[in-house]
Amino acid sequence: MSSNITRSLIALAAGVIFAIGLGVAGMLNPANVRGFLDILGEWKPALMLVMVGAIVVYALANQLALRMKKPLLDIDWSNLPRPGFDFPNQAKLGAVLFGVGWGMAGFCPGPAIVSLVSLHSTVWTFTTSMLVGFYLFALYERRKHSKGT
Amino acid sequence: MMTALYGGLIIGLAAALLMLFNGRIMGVSGIAGTFINMLFTPKARTAQSGEFSWRGFFLFGMILGGILLSKFTNTFVDAAMVTSNPAVIIAAGLLVGVGTRMGWGCTSGHGICGIARFSGRSVIATMVFIAAGMVAVAVANALLNVSGVGQ
Repeated sequence: MSSNITRSLIALAAGVIFAIGLGVAGMLNPANVRGFLDILGEWKPALMLVMVGAIVVYALANQLALRMKKPLLDIDWSNLPRPGFDFPNQAKLGAVLFGVGWGMAGFCPGPAIVSLVSLHSTVWTFTTSMLVGFYLFALYERRKHSKGT
Repeated sequence: MMTALYGGLIIGLAAALLMLFNGRIMGVSGIAGTFINMLFTPKARTAQSGEFSWRGFFLFGMILGGILLSKFTNTFVDAAMVTSNPAVIIAAGLLVGVGTRMGWGCTSGHGICGIARFSGRSVIATMVFIAAGMVAVAVANALLNVSGVGQ
């Protein structure tokens, strides 16, 4: 269907713009990320500005979205998760595990994928392991659901 | 310092596009995780080809953006991995992969989109993973100092 194609093209554009933003922001340099997390050492607060800039733009877009009956290319907003406080302990544990890995390597998922372009063998090792991690958790979820719990 | 802010504005714009046009959250771990899962689940892939396609295009766009960066900037020349110890890198990659899926999102989905939509769970998640990252870096630095390898 043609709307699938337009949605894919928007996603393509968003991916390109996102990667460029990560590059401009300095997020593709793991040393910057480590510097941001190194509060006991030589703390580099710059990455906080990345979050501030992105959150301001997105919060404005969200105000716009709240006034729109539906997204421009879809029939309703049902694919946006409802904001809320529900966050079970297992999910909190997930956030801890993610934070530890992020601190160890200085990479979160976005920069890890974009940096594949560098053809650094270490980056490829990291990103491959991350993708394996994604799949392992999907397998775990599937097993849990097939057991009916 | 200012480039960090500009980069953030650009990232926000990308996320805004995906929300306003497609009604989707720009959460990289969710997009890539679902894509990988569908890649190995042919039934889901054919039943929901649109779901598979936009995610693939988004990820391809990220690679394309990376190629543009490598052509016109020195982004990847400056970037040095903080460690090249394969055991550390593999463990870190697995932790990030499993952790972001188990934690319902990563820096983009929780840290940017969720916080900007005033979602309480994303505020909690972001505080938790930043705090955990800070502890990990502090511990890593302390270990390096003890063993006298680092710096």
